[in-house]
Amino acid sequence: MYSNKVMDHFTHPRNTGEITDADGVGTVGNPTCGDLMTMYIKVKDNRIADIKFKTFGCGAAIATSSMTTELAKGKTIDEAMKISRASVAESLGGLPKVKMHCSNLAADALHAAIEDYKGKLEKNKEAKK
Amino acid sequence: MTTNNIRQIYVDHSAGKPVDSRVVAVMLPYFKVLYGNPSSFHRFGQEAKQALDNSREDISKLINAEKPETIIFTSGATESNNLAIKGMAIRNRQKGTKIVTSAIEHMSVVNSCKSLVRQGFQTTFSPVDSYGLLDLVKLEENIDEQTKLVSVVYANGEIGTIQPINEISEIVHKKGAYLHVDATAACGQIPVDVNKDGIDLMTISCNDMYGPKGVGALYLKDSLRIDPLLHGGGQERGLRSGTENVSSIIGFGKAAEITRLEMRSESKRLVKIRDSLIQGLIDPISYTFLNGHPKKRLPDNVSVRFNFIEGESILLSLALSGVFASSGSACAAKTLQPSHVLLAMGLKHEEAHGSLMITLGRQNTQKDADYIKELIPGIIDRLRNMSPLTPKELKK
Repeated sequence: MYSNKVMDHFTHPRNTGEITDADGVGTVGNPTCGDLMTMYIKVKDNRIADIKFKTFGCGAAIATSSMTTELAKGKTIDEAMKISRASVAESLGGLPKVKMHCSNLAADALHAAIEDYKGKLEKNKEAKK
Repeated sequence: MTTNNIRQIYVDHSAGKPVDSRVVAVMLPYFKVLYGNPSSFHRFGQEAKQALDNSREDISKLINAEKPETIIFTSGATESNNLAIKGMAIRNRQKGTKIVTSAIEHMSVVNSCKSLVRQGFQTTFSPVDSYGLLDLVKLEENIDEQTKLVSVVYANGEIGTIQPINEISEIVHKKGAYLHVDATAACGQIPVDVNKDGIDLMTISCNDMYGPKGVGALYLKDSLRIDPLLHGGGQERGLRSGTENVSSIIGFGKAAEITRLEMRSESKRLVKIRDSLIQGLIDPISYTFLNGHPKKRLPDNVSVRFNFIEGESILLSLALSGVFASSGSACAAKTLQPSHVLLAMGLKHEEAHGSLMITLGRQNTQKDADYIKELIPGIIDRLRNMSPLTPKELKK
């Protein structure tokens, strides 16, 4: 049912865990639906220096989370914003059709974490004024 | 069982069972030698008809039916449930248009009832308690003078809970309705006696007794009349037209005979393995609970839920270690909805998602259970470490 790449990321997920002093945190999904994921990012010189995830969900949810962190690490904020659900699925060698919507949320979680970081940045600027 | 030196343990028997080799042996002649049509006048036909009737007798003996003619062969439990519910409802339309069933029925019962609603019938899904036992007071309240049919599962294969069919039968008959029982998972595992249990119609599955798939039966009490779903040449007393699936029905008879002779000792064996597995999962792993009733439970059924994680991930991890099981999680199903059976017992969606169903069978041993007991804690630990959910989150 799943590609070898998906199974590889499911069995050996990259970048799992939390970043306690994260610059941005994004959570998407809903445990009621069976998928919930949180992304933590650390930003340095406008680049994603570190990224970690925690996911409650099926094999596809865990694999897309892992792949998203791998794609995002080292990218600039703008580049990371371009990572989409489709590009994550493609990098994993495709996902079963039923999994494309409900379990492919990791890119959204990444974008939410980046928005959170940008929001904090704005607040800091305001505070300095 | 081993393939390529990887241990393979199949524990998804409620979904599908292997066919007993003694069953296969009696089926084989009916493909190439005894291939006649039971409706034919000549020797080939009459031999097939005799064999069919012998099977009918074996099945009627297993459930203590009043006579073999009460057994109607179908294509399986789904058709039997459809035939019982639609056939009874439509036949008795003038007398009443309400059907009462339970909240934990198989989809073939649920959707048969729903299809009747579109034709002007009413359906009430009677609730169950947290063990999956039917609330008998509510059931009695739900049966009114418009109700001519009540359909209840003998034991749900997903949670294993066995219903008090005898008590249910008393209530149903006191209220002047008929009782259909879906005994798909029960018949073959626990003694089922249509006479003692007071059952009017009963669904029986062949594969659930280690016979072939694609064949089943409906027990229809001798005095009862129903409308057929399939019209044609009038086979099976006009209730199921179409040339009989002879080889499979022969296998069905053998499977029923074996079950009648071996069920008691086999069930005793399975209960021991089942209970050791349940204890071995619930005791050492925190936030782990049994689904269904601890005692009134099918011998093959181990249904547990692990909080904070999702069932499909558990199934994938198990399969990588050679264990093949099932889950009530939405992600493992086609519908993307968690099991309605687990939700009916009052579980939250996120709890239902974390359920694991292990159903044991004849080839499973205590060694298999020990292997699973050793394997699962590590899987649960790994997935929980990845999960953002904690005990605090679940309380919200």
